[in-house]
Amino acid sequence: MKFMKNMNKTTKQNMMTYAMVIVAYIVFQTLSVTGNLSSLMQGLLVPLCTYSILAVSLNLTVGVLGELSLGHAGFMCIGAFSSAFFTACMKDTITNDLLRFIIALLISAVCAGIFGILIGIPVLRLRGDYLAIVTLAFGEIIKNIINAMYVGLDENGFHFSMKDSMSLNMTENGRIIIKGAQGITGTARQSNFTIGIILLLLTLVVVLNLMNSRSGRAIMSIRDNRIAAESVGIDITKYKIMAFAISASLAGLAGCLYAHNLSSLTALPKNFGYNMSIMILVYVVLGGMANMRGSIIAAVALTMIPELLRGIGEYRMLIYAIIMIVMMIFNWSPKVKEWREAHSLKGAFHKKNVKEAK
Amino acid sequence: MGFLSYLISGISLGSIYAIIALGYTMVYGIAKMLNFAHGDVIMIGSYVVFTSTMMMGLPVPVGILASIVVCTVLGVLIEGIAYRPLRGTSSLAVLITAIGVSYFLQNAVQLVYGANAKSFKSVVPVKALSLADGALVISGETIVTIVSCIVIMIVLNTFVNKTKAGHAMLAVSEDRLAAQLMGINVNKTISLTFAIGSGLAAVAGMLLCSAYPNLTPTTGAMPGIKAFTAAVFGGIGSIPGAMLGGILLGIIEIMGKAYISTQLADAIVFAVLIIVLLVKPTGILGKKISEKV
Repeated sequence: MKFMKNMNKTTKQNMMTYAMVIVAYIVFQTLSVTGNLSSLMQGLLVPLCTYSILAVSLNLTVGVLGELSLGHAGFMCIGAFSSAFFTACMKDTITNDLLRFIIALLISAVCAGIFGILIGIPVLRLRGDYLAIVTLAFGEIIKNIINAMYVGLDENGFHFSMKDSMSLNMTENGRIIIKGAQGITGTARQSNFTIGIILLLLTLVVVLNLMNSRSGRAIMSIRDNRIAAESVGIDITKYKIMAFAISASLAGLAGCLYAHNLSSLTALPKNFGYNMSIMILVYVVLGGMANMRGSIIAAVALTMIPELLRGIGEYRMLIYAIIMIVMMIFNWSPKVKEWREAHSLKGAFHKKNVKEAK
Repeated sequence: MGFLSYLISGISLGSIYAIIALGYTMVYGIAKMLNFAHGDVIMIGSYVVFTSTMMMGLPVPVGILASIVVCTVLGVLIEGIAYRPLRGTSSLAVLITAIGVSYFLQNAVQLVYGANAKSFKSVVPVKALSLADGALVISGETIVTIVSCIVIMIVLNTFVNKTKAGHAMLAVSEDRLAAQLMGINVNKTISLTFAIGSGLAAVAGMLLCSAYPNLTPTTGAMPGIKAFTAAVFGGIGSIPGAMLGGILLGIIEIMGKAYISTQLADAIVFAVLIIVLLVKPTGILGKKISEKV
C-alpha cells in the first residue's frame, strides 16, 4: 500500500487503465476457455481490441494534439493492406507464423507512420474544419486507390497496374496478390484475442507515456494555446507531425490486427471509408478528450450495444442512434450539466467546492 | 462534341452539389457547425416525392411541395431537438450529435421502406434538347437542374442581402453575441437558416434522383459529403463560394470519370480539393481570418 501512496496521480490513473484492460482480458479469456461465451461474443473479441486501439490512437490526434482528423480509417487501411500484402508475399519464404506476423505488424506500423508524416506535413498547416475535410479527403483517396490497384508477383518480380489484372503482363506462374476491388484474399487468420490485448496494452504504453513526457507536454501546450507555445520556443510543426505520425502508425497496427482476422480483405466504404473514421471519432468524443480509458470503454460499449440489441431485431440501429444523441446531450448540454450538478448526490455534499472551482 | 456534353453534364451534377452545398454553408456560417445529417435530409426529401407521386399517384407539383414542406419542418425539428441543447459547447459534441441524427434518419427510412433500392421516375416534365443534328443532346433534367440552380442562387443572394431576416442572418454569422445585443432573435434566425437549408435539400434530392434514379436509405450520404467538400472548396460560409465550389467539383468529377478513370474519379475530386486548400487554406472565395494574439 505504501507503494500505491507514493505514486503520483497520473501514474495511478494509468495503472488503473492497464489494470482494467488486464482484468477484462482475464475475465473474457476465462469465459472463453470454459466455453461460457457465445460464438457471437467470441467473434467480437478481436474487433473490440481493434476498435479500442483505433480509438486510443485517434484520441492522441483529437484529444491530445487537439486537431480534428476524419481520415483515421485511411491509416488503418494502409496498415491492413501493407501487412496483408507482406503476409501474402512471404507465405512460403518465412514459415514461422509468429515471426511473420510480428514482421507484418512492424511493416504495418512503419508504412502507416510514413504516410502519417507525408500527409501530416502539408495537412497540419490547416486548421479546424479545413483540416477535418482534408484528412477525410485523404482517407477516401487511399481507399479509392487501393480499390483500383492490381499487384501481381512472378519470377520477374512485382507487376503493378491501375487498370485490371490482364494488364499486369505476368508469366504463367505468377499470382495476383492485390486484385483491385476484390482486395487480398487468403490471408492467414493469425490474430487472436491475446495478441489483440497485447497490442492494446502496447498502444496504451506508447500513448500514456508520450502524454507524460516532455514531448507530450509540448503537444498538449500546442492544443491549449498554439501561439503561447510557439512564443516559448516549442517547434509546433515537429510536435504536431510527431503526434500525427504516432497516431497513424498505431492505427496501422490496428489495421494489421484487423486484416489478419479476416480471410479476405477488401477496401469497402463500410470498413475503411469515412463512416469508419467517424465511428472512431464517436468513440473518442464519447469517451472524453485525452481520456484513454474513456476511449476504450466507449469503443467497447458502442460495439457491444448493437450486438446486445439484436434481440429487438430491426429497431436496433434506430435505438443505437437515439442512444448516441441522448448520450451526447446528457454529457455536454450546459442545461443538463447544471441539472446534474444540482441533483447529484455528490453535488449535494460538494456544492461549495464545485462553485469555487468554477 | 464529347467534351461539350461532358462539360454540360458536369455543370448539371455540379449544380446539384451547389444546391446541397448552399445548405451546408449557410448552416456553417450561422451555427458554426458541420451538419452531417444534411445529406440524409436530401434522402428524406426524395422519399417523400417517391411516396407521394409514385406510390400514391399524386400530381408531381404536390409531391414536390410536400417534399419541401416535410424537409423544412424536419430541418427545424432536428435543430430544435438535437442541436439547440448543445449550443455553445464544443463543436465536436455537435458534430457527433449530427452523426447520430444521420444514423437515425437512415435507419428510420430503412425500417419503413426497406434497404432495397427503389427506382425513382424522373419528375421533370421538360423534353430533351437536341442540338447540332443530335450530336449534342441535353436532357430535360440537366436543363431544369441548371436553371433551378441559377434561380435559387439569385433568390438566396437577394434574400440575404436585401431583406431584414437576411441581414439578421449575416449579423448572427458575424458575431452571435453582438447580434443578440442588437435585438436579433438568434434562435429564430438559426431555425430559419435550417429551414431554408433543408428546403433546398428537398429540391436537391428531387433533382438528384431525377438524374440518378436509384433511391436507397444511403442515397444522400455520398452527395452530402461531396457537397460538404464543395462548400469547403469554395470557402465555407460564403454563398457564391458554395455555388462556385459545387459547379467546379461537378465538372472535375465528370471530366475525371470521362478522361482519366471511372474508379479513381472520387480520388481525383478529393486530390483537387487538397491542392486548392494547400494553396489557399480558406477555400477559393473564403475570407482570410486574421489571428489575434
